[in-house]
Amino acid sequence: MTTTDAPQAAPPPSGKRRIGDVVFAGLARSSGILILLILAGVAAFLIVQAWPSLSANTQNFLTTREWDANVREEPAFGVAALAFGTVLAALIALVMATPVAIGIALFIVYYAPRRLASLLGYLVDLLAAIPSVVYGLWGIGFLAPQLVPVFEGISRYLGWIPLFAGPPSPSGRTILTASIALAVMILPIITAMSRDVFHQVPQGHREAALAMGATRWEMIRLAVLPFGKSGIVGGAMLGMGRALGETMAVAMILSPSLMISWNVLQSGNQTIAGHIALQYPEATGYGVSALIAAGLVLFAITLFVNMAARYVVARGNKEA
Amino acid sequence: MAKRIDVSGLNVYYGDFKAVEDVSMTIEPRSVTAFIGSSGCGKSTYLRALNRMHEVTPGARAEGKVLLDDLDIYGPDVDPVMVRGEIGMVFQKANPFPTMSIYDNVIAGARLNNSRMSKSEADDLVEESLRGANLWEEVKERLNKPGAGLSGGQQQRLCIARATAVKPSVLLMDEPCSALDPISTLAIEDLIHNMKEDYTIVIVTHNMQQAARVSDRTAFFNLSAPGKPGKLIEMGETNQMFTRPDQKETENYITGRFG
Amino acid sequence: MSTTTTQPPEPETRAQLSRGSLPRYFSPVLLAASAAVVAGVLLAFSSFGVILWALLTAVAYLVISVTASVRVEGARKAKDRFITAIVYGCFLLAMAPLVSVLWTVVQNGMSRFDSYFLSVSMNGVLPSMDAGGVYHAIVGTLAITGMATLISVPIGVLTAVYLVEYAEGRLKKVITFFVDVMTGIPSIVAGLFVVALWMVLLGPGHLNGASGALALAVLMIPVVVRSSEEMLRLVPLELREASYALGVPKWRTITKVVLPTSASGLTTGIVLAIARVIGETAPLVLTAGSSAVSINWNLFDGQMMNLPVFIYSQVRMGGAVNYERAWAAALTLILVVMLLFFLARMIGRFFAPKTR
Repeated sequence: MTTTDAPQAAPPPSGKRRIGDVVFAGLARSSGILILLILAGVAAFLIVQAWPSLSANTQNFLTTREWDANVREEPAFGVAALAFGTVLAALIALVMATPVAIGIALFIVYYAPRRLASLLGYLVDLLAAIPSVVYGLWGIGFLAPQLVPVFEGISRYLGWIPLFAGPPSPSGRTILTASIALAVMILPIITAMSRDVFHQVPQGHREAALAMGATRWEMIRLAVLPFGKSGIVGGAMLGMGRALGETMAVAMILSPSLMISWNVLQSGNQTIAGHIALQYPEATGYGVSALIAAGLVLFAITLFVNMAARYVVARGNKEA
Repeated sequence: MAKRIDVSGLNVYYGDFKAVEDVSMTIEPRSVTAFIGSSGCGKSTYLRALNRMHEVTPGARAEGKVLLDDLDIYGPDVDPVMVRGEIGMVFQKANPFPTMSIYDNVIAGARLNNSRMSKSEADDLVEESLRGANLWEEVKERLNKPGAGLSGGQQQRLCIARATAVKPSVLLMDEPCSALDPISTLAIEDLIHNMKEDYTIVIVTHNMQQAARVSDRTAFFNLSAPGKPGKLIEMGETNQMFTRPDQKETENYITGRFG
Repeated sequence: MSTTTTQPPEPETRAQLSRGSLPRYFSPVLLAASAAVVAGVLLAFSSFGVILWALLTAVAYLVISVTASVRVEGARKAKDRFITAIVYGCFLLAMAPLVSVLWTVVQNGMSRFDSYFLSVSMNGVLPSMDAGGVYHAIVGTLAITGMATLISVPIGVLTAVYLVEYAEGRLKKVITFFVDVMTGIPSIVAGLFVVALWMVLLGPGHLNGASGALALAVLMIPVVVRSSEEMLRLVPLELREASYALGVPKWRTITKVVLPTSASGLTTGIVLAIARVIGETAPLVLTAGSSAVSINWNLFDGQMMNLPVFIYSQVRMGGAVNYERAWAAALTLILVVMLLFFLARMIGRFFAPKTR
């Protein structure tokens, strides 16, 4: 390989070489451990810096809606409204994105012409390459105005559903608009995970279904979807993790606000990530520490969702 | 129920590669026909072309005529989905659906055609099919357990029950025993023997003794040369094929294996 | 089975092996016809809109084809057709935002996207003045992403080497799991982490490029680990064994055989990781600042503008000229990302080892 000498019996490892091995292995190992330290450091430093504002807070951090933290004494703030907005936006995005992502994955793996499949998959991946700040700009400049008449239609005909009770926002910049942008952004993740499991469905199961006279869809229903369930669920949860933490598109589309509202056609909701981005430049007093506390909550939620997703995926792989 | 298959001039291609060349044969109803031949001689490919399963492989195509009684299964209006309902298939590796119970596995295919089947109809069909596959007594107490929990031989009989529940007239078996131990193999061979009253059965096997034991007629496939397409060398009564084959090639293959 | 107690399903039709089928050209012709008729009707009522047109065409196609299929081909085939249409529709639906984003960015960005815009900063430009450009932001993006890459690549690649070549047992599982978890850290949390870190170590108020690079590195490391791991696993075991058989020690085998063999794959992965973080905005707003207007090459001194934050801060100002700048900057950013993607594909194509 690396030597031009004729192959001989392996020379006894000299001390020098052993040192090389020890050093290199140690270096590689420390890099791995460094990653664990960074992750632990993220948690630790957030906790340390969140603590001053949390201990000075005069309100219950988890149940309070208001955000009165930019003061030197007696701050009063909580994440109730923000956590609500974060989860609501992510859930709406998930509900919209998951079925479409499953459809795309089925299309690429089982429907599209084989020669085009990888190119078409690449196009879907491009959705993930567009920076979120560009999605935000697109959300304000194109999507929101386009959605205003749609929202009016929805509230006219579906207004009896509390989610769609109007009157709709005249700017179109509501949590539903933000959720649509989020849905587009998480499509590639869910699609990629679903594609992976669809590719892993054993040929034997697919052929068994076809050999008993199943149509393509019946083959998918009998052999593919039951097999791919855990991968789809895991992918959806990873997508949710991304949607929960996504900042820029939300911060740009929604205006600062602290309401808890189920009415997705009106502005008023805000997410944790969006709130941090919007408030940080003006934060004074306990402000920064309070925002770090909010970030800590976001970190905890996403950590939980991601770990659960990885667990689901790993368990599915073991069963297969 | 059993039907005759008449094949004339069948060629099968994978892309540009011709895997099977110009095969013509008649497969008699209510009998067992065995396909023998060395690995890669195209006999499995040919078998899959008999119910259009080869179309599942990208790039594979067949030309020629395959008549089921009098209908060409490659006819212009023919739906491959319906062909496969009429000509069932059992694979080398038992492949029950892992997420389904034994009961659901058996009923899966029949449900496709008749989604409004009543509970009692379904129960009857499951029992009938499992009895037909000599599996009923072994699993009747645990029909709701997953099919993947059965032994290899039981799984293969479950797959046979699943294939027969669709009520096909022909059953194609692609080396159904090659992954099984001798006792399970014997159980399947008994089953094949019983089933030929109702079905036309075609079995691909590598096991010469098995072909001799279960089949009425035997077809021998071989490559004309390495890298060339597989061909049907000769076909005849099993007894005659194993004792006095017409072709030298057949004799070499059979005696070579028997030592 | 001779004592048949249940009827074979659909005996009379199945015996014919066909249940009537719609001609092959049915789908494309119907789709074209639906599109044309819907367009005609919409134009007649002068209410043509692309979204409405696409939606109504899809509905018309679905209803007609499923009805026809139920009549001619039966319910099972009709369902198969319905699902096929839905599955194709899902893909087209996903392409709509891609095309829309690219189209709006190009359309709105072109007016201001020129060599002047790319070559001047915002130094001395008042927010409403019809002047200024993104040169300082491009400089910042290059500097910050470059430094983030310098931090992430050694750590990421070495970790991947550790996971593939050395690690076993518990530590391997733990690191693999937490690398996965780390890919899910919200970008704004990475920014807050650096803010908190500096507050503990140095006290408040350290907005500079290096802080931004550190935040980006936190996001980039797990991506590099993941892709490098995949590439290293592609190196055939025989190659390593051949090297060991010559008496080459393990670390030389890795540095002289394994890493060079996978070099193109590693580079592709790294370029894609850069493409991923180069558009990150939130962590940079918190760490590199959002109000720099002049060219700053010094990562360690003062705020540093960059393309994503430039877009964001222009939008926050809200004037018409600000939006124009934002769109033009978005076009610049997208071009940079596309360039990186293209580069990654080229590296993957031309420098891949020939022996695979």
